[in-house]
Formats: sequence, structure tokens, C-alpha cells
Amino acid sequence: MNTMLNNAPERETIEELLPWHAAGTLSRRDAQRVEEALARDSELARRFELIREELGETIHLNESLGAPSARAMEKLFAKIEAEAPVARKASVSFNLGAWLSGFVASLSPRTLAYSATSAALAIMLLAAVTVGSLVDYSGQDNFKTVSLPGDKTYAMIRFAPETSVADITKFLEANKATVVGGPRPGGMYKIQVAESKLPKDQADALLKKLQTEGKIISFIAPSD
Amino acid sequence: MQATSDEVLIGRIASGDRLAMQVLYARHHVRVYRFVLRLVSDPTTAEELISEVFLDVWRQANRFEGRSAVSTWLLAIARFKALSALRRRTDEELDEEAAAAIEDPSDDPEVSLQKKDKGEILRKCLTALSPDHREIIDLVYYHEKSIEEVAEVLKIPENTVKTRMFYARKKLAELLKAAGVERGWP
Repeated sequence: MNTMLNNAPERETIEELLPWHAAGTLSRRDAQRVEEALARDSELARRFELIREELGETIHLNESLGAPSARAMEKLFAKIEAEAPVARKASVSFNLGAWLSGFVASLSPRTLAYSATSAALAIMLLAAVTVGSLVDYSGQDNFKTVSLPGDKTYAMIRFAPETSVADITKFLEANKATVVGGPRPGGMYKIQVAESKLPKDQADALLKKLQTEGKIISFIAPSD
Repeated sequence: MQATSDEVLIGRIASGDRLAMQVLYARHHVRVYRFVLRLVSDPTTAEELISEVFLDVWRQANRFEGRSAVSTWLLAIARFKALSALRRRTDEELDEEAAAAIEDPSDDPEVSLQKKDKGEILRKCLTALSPDHREIIDLVYYHEKSIEEVAEVLKIPENTVKTRMFYARKKLAELLKAAGVERGWP
């Protein structure tokens, strides 16, 4: 890879594509062209590394910007509520205002200390509840709930205070678990740990396994 | 469990499904907020604007034609709202911002070099770019938009997208050079 591209316009064209190649958003054909050029042009490869630095720091910068408060969502759905009703084929009852009020009211001084994680968990919970509900939508004017209470395995869990949302997300994904309720007093959340109702010994073994997953769980116990 | 696609959600929102609206919001609000915040540089304004963006989605979902990804459509609406908000700002506010930009420590090479943290300098320079340059860099690097999608959000031809990205990166290199980081390109 010590030779430079002889064709200047070709090199210019490839250079223009480098930011998108770094971000992985080029078509397969263009990506292949860029890869071939990088393999035979060391200066181009050096420039590509500079672009990768820029990409990394741009992501870092944006990720440090935080997230909007729950007020933005409250305001939005208050406006939606206030809108004149439109034709609704599928209107599903979910009182967001009441849910949010309950959520905020449930924050004790201790949990308030972990408000960032709590807020993020609230969004995850909202997404889990809504996505979980939507997958069974038949596309007609009815809304089917396939699962019945008690036909899955649940646990109550409290995450260690220093646990990041990324860690929690990773834990939930790795164990195919979903947050289905909370926060409750003491910063407890209800999570679904299995798609079916496991016998007690199997459920206990599963929770024991989860408990040893790492340092992110400070408490876990079976739940109905 | 496979998540419902954005396009399906938009279809349901068009028929008045608030639950679908909540899912779409949960999925996209953080990225839209960050995109807007980088343009308006004020968290309170950015929060107000994302409410407006998603309210537009609620009202106009039936006009979504599916020619672009939903996330691209959201960013295009967000950009329009942000630019309108910026235009509403008084000249006085803009003057204050210009003064603040001049006082940016990234203009002081010695201070920057003392930090010996190239990443930090790079982030400072990214922040010091003009809104036009900031938004294209964010769209390409952070929002992972293709050339076609950036053209859609910014309403400019694809060739202009490439040129603008080149000049944004050139300006970034100049700021880095002023901060003591010489890269030799572009």
C-alpha cells in the first residue's frame, strides 16, 4: 500500500466519499471502490484515519449533550390531547399524564439521586410497554393481547446505584429480559425474565444466575 | 420480538394511534433533540422545538410518502423548526452569541496545547464551526445519513453535499491548526 493513486480526479472522488465510508453509509459498490483505493494508497489511508478521529469525536460530543427532560414529552402529549379528535381506527387507552405523575411521585429522595438512570429507565419502560403492545396489533380495529397475566416469569430487581443505562440495556438484552413496571418504592423495577411461566426451581436457578451476572444488581427476587 | 418499523408506526399515527406516537417518540426524541440543540445551542429552546417537531408528525403523518426514512423526515422537520427559531432571535441575542464565540478558548493555541488532549481540542473545534458546517458533520458522522439523505434534509443537490462536507472539514482543519494541531489535510 505504498503507491498513490495516479489518477487525480479519481483520488478526489474517493476522498469525497471517505466521511461516508467511515460512517458506513456508502453503497456496497462505492464502499468497495474506497476499500480498494485505501489498500493501494497510503496517504489516502492516513487521511481516512483522520476522518475516523473526527467521526469518533463527533459522536462523543453529541453523546455528551444529554437528553430532553420528561417535560418535553408531557408538553407534546398535552398538545396532542388538546387537538380536535381525528378519525381513530385504533385508540389504545394509556393515560400518559397519570403515568408520568405516578412516576415522578414515586421518586424518593434516594431515587432522585439516580434521576438520570430513572428517567432513562422510564423511557425504556414506555418503549417496552408500547412496543410490546404493538407487536400483536392485528391491523384491524381490534387490539389483541395474547399474553395473560401469570403466564410469564417475572422478577423484582433493583440496580446498583452506579449502574449506567448502557449496562442495564446490555444486561436486559443479554438475558432477553424486559422492564415491565416500576419504579416502585426503593427503586425497584419489575422485569420479565422468561417468555413462559417457569417451574419454581427453574425460576430460582435463573434468578441465581442473573444475580451472578455482575455488579449491576443489588437485589433480585421472584415476582408474580 | 421484532419491533414495529417506523413506517408502520407512521401509518398508525396517521390513523390517530397515540400509542404508536409514543413509540416513535421514545425511539427518536433523543437524537432529534441533540440535532436541534447543536443548531440552537439552548436546551430550553431545543426541548420546545422537539415537542413542535413531533406535534407536526402527529398532524402530518398522513402526508408522509415514504420516499425517505422516517428518521430523515424527522431531521428535516427539526431543521426547519430550528432555523425558524434562530431567525426569530433578536439581533441583540445574536451579537451576544458572536461575542461568546470570539471568547472561545479554542482560539488560544497555547491554552489548547497545554491540555494535550487532541480529542478535547477536536471537540472544541467541532463546537466552534458555523451552524452550516456543524449540521452537515453531525448528519454524516452522528446521524449516519447517506449523501442522498443529507441532500434530502438540507434540500441541496448531492454534489453540494459533498462540497459542503469538504469545506466543513477544511474549516475544522483550520481551527485545529489555530489550536496547535497540524494535520496537513484537507
